[in-house]
Amino acid sequence: MSKFDLDDLRAIMRESAGVDEDIDLNGDIADIEFTELGYDSLAVLELASQVQRKYSVPIPDDAVHEMLTPRAAVDYINKQFSIAGV
Amino acid sequence: MSPTTAVVTGLGIVAPTGLGIEEHWQAVLAGKSGISRITRFDPSEYPTKLAGEVAGFTAKGRVPGRLIPQTDHWTHMALFAAESSLADAGVDPTELPEFEMAVVTSSSSGGTDFGQHEMERLYQNGPSWVGAYQSIAWFYAATTGQISIRHGMRGPCGVICAEQAGGLDAIGQARRLLRTQSQLVVTGGTDSSLCPYGLVAQLPTGLLSTSDSSDRAYLPFDTDAAGYVPGEGGAILVTERETTASARGLGKGYGTILGYAAGFDQSERTDRKPVLASVIRRALDDAQLNTADIDVVFADASADPKQDLVEAEAITEVFGARGVPVTAPKTLTGRLFGGGAPLDVATALLALRDGVIPFTAGPNRLANGIEIDLVLNTPREAQLRHALVLARGYGGFTAAMVVGKGDRAAS
Repeated sequence: MSKFDLDDLRAIMRESAGVDEDIDLNGDIADIEFTELGYDSLAVLELASQVQRKYSVPIPDDAVHEMLTPRAAVDYINKQFSIAGV
Repeated sequence: MSPTTAVVTGLGIVAPTGLGIEEHWQAVLAGKSGISRITRFDPSEYPTKLAGEVAGFTAKGRVPGRLIPQTDHWTHMALFAAESSLADAGVDPTELPEFEMAVVTSSSSGGTDFGQHEMERLYQNGPSWVGAYQSIAWFYAATTGQISIRHGMRGPCGVICAEQAGGLDAIGQARRLLRTQSQLVVTGGTDSSLCPYGLVAQLPTGLLSTSDSSDRAYLPFDTDAAGYVPGEGGAILVTERETTASARGLGKGYGTILGYAAGFDQSERTDRKPVLASVIRRALDDAQLNTADIDVVFADASADPKQDLVEAEAITEVFGARGVPVTAPKTLTGRLFGGGAPLDVATALLALRDGVIPFTAGPNRLANGIEIDLVLNTPREAQLRHALVLARGYGGFTAAMVVGKGDRAAS
């Protein structure tokens, strides 16, 4: 059971970078690139920083290059959880 | 008129006097003030407690949801005003060449409210709590950049920071671009600095009013002049070449930008004469007009007794004592910094449209040596062809602009 799932990410996406009225975050977004969802690299950086604060898990700034889609972000964040041993 | 004459084809107004063109204009004609006690924060600990807030403005529903947490209140207002202005001009930017559209706005404060919030997080919680958007939201160019991105305008964009004079400088730059490489320029500006950090940053000038009485706090040219009230908001203008405006059947739109000049005052210690009179003359020359062609002057109206005298003397030097009607509707909004002069230009164009000079609410007894025909108490109907708008910014910035009557009727 992963510690962090897509719904956790959705909540942080709404909070951190706002929601584009034309995009349904509740839909099947796991494999859509963040840029297509209207989230540029700065938005992903902000998202990562909020995850870091909320879950006390370290996420380096250059991680944004690996988190190109919500699924990749969820996987990366869970990997960080296991590295941190939480 | 030359084919590249700058025509104002759209207006977007976000002001303490109202949201939208007619709401603002009717409030101005009625002398309805937007100044009241600051509500954005508790001002009781600060010497200045009054401001012109845009009471009816919330970003939700007016600004794309994704941009709300990414930008400051000042940018929210400009994004809304830009969208309104483009709609008013009947322009669909997706139909125009992206590199022939530009954005030039003025900004005096940047995103102070956003910045204060992030600094609080820095001091209270540490660096990792500072949001990534601080890097772009505070920055003076944020408004220009966000308008440019949103509407796909990739021509020569810029921002001008020249305090209260910057708004005229931005429109002057828009006019310059229309003569060369751009066919449409979104210009003007807004500002919003009504947070403790923004207010405190202005206090050292000693130019802010400390009065608690909203109708006596900002009295330019009056014997009781004792500083200005700060305000927020401004206006965003769509400017186009005369040829493209005419091709869309807009003719001279709200009016034309006919003349512009700028100058810079030396420090008072140098005893050098203020540049305002010479800047006015150069703006008239640029417009190829004489003093007799100017039917109304929209004054900068700082309400600092010394600067009021400088402004009145410059107007008198060029036009003669009581030689031209002068007005300052900004007593209803407070000084809007980067947004002030664009709002004055918008108001001047509406005055030209309707043949009526709005009055200056507040002053009732002119100070000694002020020999101007300040329009007081009630609007004055007149045949209006051209208006002169003056703007002076803290530190010496000085600008003047001549605008000509358009042919767009009231909607």
